[in-house]
Formats: sequence, structure tokens, C-alpha cells
Amino acid sequence: MELAEAIILSVLAASTPLLIAATGELVTERSGVLNLGVEGMMIVGAACGFGGAWLTGSIFLGALCGMAAGTLLSLIFAMMTLALAVNQVATGLALTILGVGLSGLIGAGFVGERITTAPHLRIPGLTDIPLVGRILFGEDAFVYLSLALIVAVWWFLYHTRGGLILRACGDNHVSAHALGYPVLRIRMFAVMFGGACAGLAGAYLPLAYTPFFIPGMTAGRGWIALALVVFASWLPARLVVGAYLFGAVTILQLHAQGAGIGIPSQFMSALPYLATVIVLVLLSRARTGGSTAPAALGTVFVPDR
Amino acid sequence: MQLVLEKRAERSNTIALVSPLIAIGLTIVTMSILFAILGKNPIAALGVYFIDPLTDSYSLQEIAVKATPLVMIAVGLSLCYLANAWNIGAEGQFLIGAVAGSWIAVKTQGTDAGHWVLPAMLLTGAVAGALYALIPAICKVRFGASEILTSLMLVYVADLLLDYLVRGPWRDPAGFNFPTTAEFDPVATVPLLIEGGRLHLGAVIALLVVAATAVMLGRTIKGFEIRVVGAAPRAARFGGFNANQLILLTFAVSGALAGLAGIIEVAGPIGHLQPGISPGYGFTAIIVAFLGRLNPIGILIAGLFLALTFIGGEQAQIAMKIPLDVTKVFQGILLFYVLACDSLILYRFRLISASRQVSSQQVRIGTG
Amino acid sequence: MGRRVLDDWFTPTVWRLMMRKTFLAAATALLLAAGVGGGTLSSALAADKLKVGFIYLGPVGDLGWTYQHELARQALVKEFGDKIETTYLENVPEGPDAERAIEQLVRAGNKLIFTTSFGYMDPTLKVAKKYPAVHFEHATGYKRDKNMSSYSARWYQGRYIQGQIAAKMSKAGVLGYIGSFPIPEVVSGINATMLGAQSINPNIKVKIIWVNTWFDPGKEADAAKALLDQGADIIMQHTDSPAAMQIASERGKFAFGQDSEMIKFGPKAQLTSILDTWAPYYIARVKAELDGTWKEENTWGGLDSKMFEMAPYTNMPDDVKKMAEDTQAAITAGKLLPFKCPVMDQDGKEVECKGGDHLDDGQVLGMNFYIKGIDDKVPGK
Repeated sequence: MELAEAIILSVLAASTPLLIAATGELVTERSGVLNLGVEGMMIVGAACGFGGAWLTGSIFLGALCGMAAGTLLSLIFAMMTLALAVNQVATGLALTILGVGLSGLIGAGFVGERITTAPHLRIPGLTDIPLVGRILFGEDAFVYLSLALIVAVWWFLYHTRGGLILRACGDNHVSAHALGYPVLRIRMFAVMFGGACAGLAGAYLPLAYTPFFIPGMTAGRGWIALALVVFASWLPARLVVGAYLFGAVTILQLHAQGAGIGIPSQFMSALPYLATVIVLVLLSRARTGGSTAPAALGTVFVPDR
Repeated sequence: MQLVLEKRAERSNTIALVSPLIAIGLTIVTMSILFAILGKNPIAALGVYFIDPLTDSYSLQEIAVKATPLVMIAVGLSLCYLANAWNIGAEGQFLIGAVAGSWIAVKTQGTDAGHWVLPAMLLTGAVAGALYALIPAICKVRFGASEILTSLMLVYVADLLLDYLVRGPWRDPAGFNFPTTAEFDPVATVPLLIEGGRLHLGAVIALLVVAATAVMLGRTIKGFEIRVVGAAPRAARFGGFNANQLILLTFAVSGALAGLAGIIEVAGPIGHLQPGISPGYGFTAIIVAFLGRLNPIGILIAGLFLALTFIGGEQAQIAMKIPLDVTKVFQGILLFYVLACDSLILYRFRLISASRQVSSQQVRIGTG
Repeated sequence: MGRRVLDDWFTPTVWRLMMRKTFLAAATALLLAAGVGGGTLSSALAADKLKVGFIYLGPVGDLGWTYQHELARQALVKEFGDKIETTYLENVPEGPDAERAIEQLVRAGNKLIFTTSFGYMDPTLKVAKKYPAVHFEHATGYKRDKNMSSYSARWYQGRYIQGQIAAKMSKAGVLGYIGSFPIPEVVSGINATMLGAQSINPNIKVKIIWVNTWFDPGKEADAAKALLDQGADIIMQHTDSPAAMQIASERGKFAFGQDSEMIKFGPKAQLTSILDTWAPYYIARVKAELDGTWKEENTWGGLDSKMFEMAPYTNMPDDVKKMAEDTQAAITAGKLLPFKCPVMDQDGKEVECKGGDHLDDGQVLGMNFYIKGIDDKVPGK
């Protein structure tokens, strides 16, 4: 049982950056914008997050720096795709390349330094409950924040007028515009939210996961976050499941090795990606008429005047 | 007063001509600022990046060697993107093509096989790449699954498959158990064009691919269909063009070209199969495709230009200690500017006063 | 989505080509003047110095493998001052780009070039054949030429010592090993560790996780957690980041660092670390080059050559420390051989003893089996 608890804790930690980044991208895509630059925003968030924390000594300020960095980068994306009506796929890819390069330049000065990682919650009595104590009451702020975030997003999308309008922009931007809603401005805010989340998710890595910055430390998590959004059919509840599932596969393959289960490690490493493809296919099949993406996702919108 | 973007009545050919130059100019200005921030002389840095590689035959050859896979893959990708099918998995198709073609090389190793080996390898690589690309295409056409994500996920799978093969079954028995196949026999190697350099037959093949695609897009019915299906899907339907069939076709061709590029790279400059045969060609090719505005000749120029920046970036590291990240930043910024300036071809900015804005909106409600 | 820019393409394209050329030609004149001017000046100044080049696999800040080579390069600069000029290229991937990177260094005038990763072996060989007057030093490989040496260190000696320490310090009797790739260097490291451990505790066990990367802090941290969760209480790694040390430190367990000092990340956790100290070898080779006595060699330096060192033994009781120091002295003096025969493989069969009383270098370099006492299977067999 102790092993099960330990595995769950590892999975929680591994899944958190995926969940945060995917939440942001979910909002962005529900508004109709496809931002492929998540990896770039995440890694810039990691560099700035670590730098901020190291310079100020505060994890909180570091997290803010990471969020700010992600948001700024996403603004470039917003300007290109919303103001200049540029192709979203190309812009997103350019953003990733730019982000990776920038993070290397910014982070170069911080390599080799270390900070104290984010503290874990400790409630005497509650945290010590066997099995669930540490899972429920012993995590760091990022884990709780990630869950609070997705719940807040769910509430926003489905129980507020603002969320309804945002979804309308994603499903049919022409009608939304005709109704008088400022489609581009709403999308801009959605993109910025996505950037902030990606930056925060990236900052989580050096602030809570491994307390140092190394160039390239996101190791493709941004792309996995993108896959997660589709995996989840753009539904918040499914996103949580997907994030933890993905984290679980990554962690379990390591445990399987340690336990001596002799499947080639490459196959185990490939499982999360194969699983995503299979689930994508199955989900799309289950609905008649194909995918359930926001209908206007990725299309350029230039308001008629 | 507000600055708004509005669609032009007609493409502006002047901007189409001038925009790449504006983009390059803007990039140079931005990079000069960056160099200055880093404490490097901007003029010298720009010279090392763009001019020095053009000044001797070795660098020119290297530019061609580096550009060959980029151009080949990008041309294939442009077909997909024109048809609105987003193949992001070219990297995986590159790897699968390399693996499949290498299979023949490994199996015929040491035997006195004839000159059929290399063409067989190239063919196998292309076919394997095409089949691998058809997976996301079929997922899209039959199940409606996003081809962006399926093709991307398959990149990781391909990479791990390559890793497994060179660490296990295909490992060179004389190689002290290091993860690489034995060196390919001469019949399994792509011939060089010039002695002493690395310029190989692949460059010629790339040029042929560019020419063939240009002809196909400009002069054949299929090319026309591809362009229309992407630009005006409804018109395409009326014209009886089958969008699904075109998705499958463009993915297959693009996968074949990526796979071909993969086996050429392995059988040429590398000479054996090992992990890490691609420094991200499949993804860089996406940039090349867009820089070349999805046009074969444009892609050729863009590919050579981007290869120039890679070579120049390395020389900058040596000559001026400029970090490699700067090259990535440069490429990202260049792409941004090119895309931004290109949007001015189809759209333009106008300043309109508030009152006119309100009235035109009232007039326009209900239309569009 | 999608741009329709193909209409009327050919004439505008030709125009564009022409205009680009003109633009480029104009810029060329200006920039060439600046570039050539600067270049001539600097090459005139550098004419007398020996130029030494380095090819690095990762970033110099990786706190691991590349970092140690970089430290050695800095030691060269300190030692030889004005007599040499060093250059490095970092983040060079092991594919076709490597050959070009090496050749760029040659063309920039470097006469002695260090290529610091196994995957550079064939590219280095190709360039070496092209430039017989330039000397190459390739790390951890096995192919050589008249102007290409190979060098590596007998880290397995350090692993043996670590194994002994681990067996003494482990309460659970289970070691956790994070492996990068199942290549002989790593496999022989695991075996040496176990041989050392078994000399103290014949029943010691090991759990091995392959992360299929030399460097991925997140994955290394996950692997460390998994090993600890499964009951290992000492972490050993053959990967390059301090992530595993960090995790061990958090959990109050012990760990061994790799490549460089990782004590900053585990002040109470690090027992010792294998330190790649290339400086003595690099200094010797540069000196030979300066003196004109450079010869092609195959160097596989043990503890006695100082090509690697053990970080100070910390966080252990004095008797364990003494044992480690004694073992280190014995190995350095050649009295203790980690791979002393008989060596039993996993099936219990004795491995052929080609070196007289110990496995010979070829056997260690090509090792792809586990010794008795390891329950796992070598991947890829």
C-alpha cells in the first residue's frame, strides 16, 4: 500500500505541469484559436520562473515571473494571429522555436544555481492519515492550484455568461461578431490566459519538481499538453483524467522497469504517445460527424466592416 | 480613430514582391539589437552569419548538404498545407524512411550485392514514409481525428522505434555494443558529386523534386485540385474534387518525400544508422515551407537561406562565441516577420474614424 | 487558412530572385569590408598561437558531462596562457552536423581538436582522414587513425568503490541504479558496482531503470522516486543531471553523484561522486602538441592517471570512509582489480578470463552481460 501511495504522489507531481498548461490551451482553443507554441511559452516560463525565484528568494514571485513571461510571448502570438490574421499553425511553431531559443539565452546565466523548492503543505493530523493523507493534504501549492484552476475554468465556461460568449466565439465567430461581441478581444484574453498558464506550468518544473534550471528542461511537455486538450475533447473534466492518465503512464513505465518487468523500455516510453493516438481515434469515432472541436478552431477571423 | 485590418479586394502583387525583403530587413534590425545587447559587434556578427558562408566552396557545399533534406521535406509539406491538411509529423516520416531503407542496407551487408541496393533503399524509404504518413491521414479521413496531433504523436513513436532497432537487433556486432549499425557498404551509399566535399546526389534529387512539384502544381489537374481544395473548399466540392482523397494523396506524397530525405541522409552524409539522425529536420522544414510561401521555388530559396543561417550560426559560435540559441531566436523572428509581412498581401490597415465605424457596422450587420 | 500565392508566380519569382541578389550584393560589399577587415586583423594576431578546438555534446552549463570538459578547457587556458587559443562549439548533435562542426573548427585553424562524445567517432574519423596534419582526440570511442587518438577513463574502478560504500550504507540491501543507455560503459559500471557491493554483502540486490537519455532532469527525478518507492535506499546514476541527488536528498536517502560535484544538491545525501577531471590529460596532450611530440594513442586512464577522481567521501562513518580510501589506494596501485577472475555471469557460468587474472580491456569495453546477483536482463539482447 505504501508503494501505491508513493506512486500516486509521483503521478500527481508529474501530471501537474501537464494539467496547468493544458487548461490554458483549453481556454485558448475553446475561443477558436489554436496555439501550437505551448512548448515555447512553457520553457520561457521555466527560465524566467527560476530566474525570478533565484533573484528574489521567493517561489511566489518566481511563479509570477514565469506567468508574465508566458503571457508576453503569447501576446506576440495574439498580435500576429488576431491583429494581422496570420496563419495560426505557422505562428505557433515559430513561437516554439523562438521560445526555446530565448529561454536558452535568458537561462544561461542561471544554470548551476539552485533554489529551495516550493514547500509542501503540512497539517498535523490530516497529513499523516495513511494512504490519503499526503495525497490530499501534503502537496505543494502548484498541485492544489492546478485543480482549483481547472474547476474555475469549468465553472467559467459553463456557468457564466462570459464563458458562454467565449465558447460562441470558438464555435461560430461570424455569428458572435454579428451579435456584437468583440471576438478578437475575447480571443486575445483567451490567448493571454493560455500563455499565463503555460508559463506557470513551465515555472513549476524548476520551482517544485527539480530545483534548478537546465536548457530544454520541459522536454516536450508542451506538445503533450496540446495532445491532452484534444484527448479531452475540449472538456475540462476529461482533461483532468487525461492529464493524470498521461502522468501515470510515464511514471508506471519507470516502476515497471525497476520491478524487472522486461518489456523494452522504448516501448514503454512510447506508450503515452500511442495511447493518445488511439484515444484520439476512438473519441472521434464515438461521435457521429467526426471531432468535437470548436467549429471555428484555427480559422482566421477578420471582422467585416 | 481606430486602426483596423480589412481584406483587400485583390492580392497586392507589389507587397508579394517586397514583403520578403521587408521581413529580412526587419529581422536584420532586430538581430542587430540583440547582438548589441549581447555585447557583440552587430555588423561583424551579421557578416559571419550571412556573408562568410557564401565566400568559400566548402561552406557553399555544406549549405547545399544541409538544405537538401529541408527542401525535400518542405516541398512535400507544402502540398499538404495547400490542401489544408496539416502534416506536423514529417520528422517521424523522415525517421521511418531512414529505418526502412537501412533495413536493406543491413540485410545486404557484406554480401556482394549489386548496384540495385541503393535504388531499392531509396524506394523502400519513400514507400515506408508514405505508409507512415497515411496513418494520421486515414485517422483524419475515416475518424475525423486531428491530423496535427496524431502525426505529432507518431514522431515520438518513430524515434523510439529507431532507438530500439539500433540498440538491439541491428546493432553492429563488431561495434562493442554501441548503438549503431555497421557502416553501409559502398553500394548502399549515396554517391558524392564533388571529390573532397560532402555534396551528394541527394541535392540533385532535391532539385528534381522541386522542379517536378512546380510543374505538378502549376500545370496538372491534380495540382489545381490541391490548390482549390485548400483555398475554396465549397467551390472544390462543386467542382467534384474529393477533399478526402486529396488529404490521403498529399499526406502520402509528403510522407514519401520525408522518408526519401531520411534514407538519403542516412545513406549519404551519415553512412550508417544511429539514434539521432535528425536534428529536427521535420520541424525546421515546416518553417521552410512557410518561408517559401508554400511554393516549390520559394521553398528552394528559403531552404538554402535557412541552411545558410545554420552554417553561419556555427561559424558565429567559433568566430565570435555567439551562443547557438541566438540562431534559434533568429529563425523564430525571421518566420514571424515573414508571416506578418505576408499578411499584408491579403489584408491592409486602414484608419477609420469612430462615427464611420459605427455606421458601417450597422450597415454590415446581417451580412457575412 | 492557407495562402493562395501561386497565381502569376513565375514572373514575380524571377523578379524576387533578382532583387534579392541586388540587395545581397549591396549588403555584401558593406559587410565584407567590415568582416574581412576584422578577420584579417585577428588572424594576424593569432598566427603564433596553437589553436585548440572542442566539440561539446550539451550546453556548457549542464552541470555534468560537458561542464567537466569545459572546466578542463579552462584549466588549459590557465596553464598555457598566451600560447594557445581555445574555441568550443556546444550543443552539437551527433549526426551529420557533427562532421561539419568538426571541419569548421579545422578550417578555423584549430590544430588539436577534442570531440567529447562517443557519437562523434565516425565524423571525427572522416574529418581526420581529410586533414592528416590536424590532430584529433576522441572521447570514449574505439576507432583511431594516425592522427586520431581515443581517450576515456576507467570509471568502473570508481563504481567498484561506490559499490562497497553502498553495501555498507544500505540498510535495505537494495541499490537503485539509474542507467542512461544499455551500452557497455554503463553495463560495466553496473557490474563493477555490484562486484564491489558483493564483496561486502554477497546478498546485495540492485534495481535498474533505463531512462534512455543522458540528460533529462524530470525523468531522472521520476526514476529516482520510483527506485526509492520500490525499496532501494541508495541511488546511483549514470546520467548527467543532479536531479536524482536532489530527490534522494529530499527523502533523506544517500546517493552518488556523477561527472561533477553534486554535493550542492544533496549536502547530506552525497556519499561521493565520480568526477571527470580531464585537465591532466588535456594539459599533457596540448603540451605534446606544442612540443611536437604528439602521437596517436589510446588512453584508458584509471585512478592512477588522475583522469577521474572521487569526490571527498562525505556523510559516512569514519570506518566506511577508511575502507573507501583503502580500496581507492589499492586500485590506484594496481593491487585491487575490480574485474578479477573468476567473474560469473547471470547464468552462473564463469566468464572466459582473457586477461590472465582479470577480464581484459576488450571484454570490459564490450561488456553486454550482467554478473551473477543481478536479477534483471540487459535490454536489447
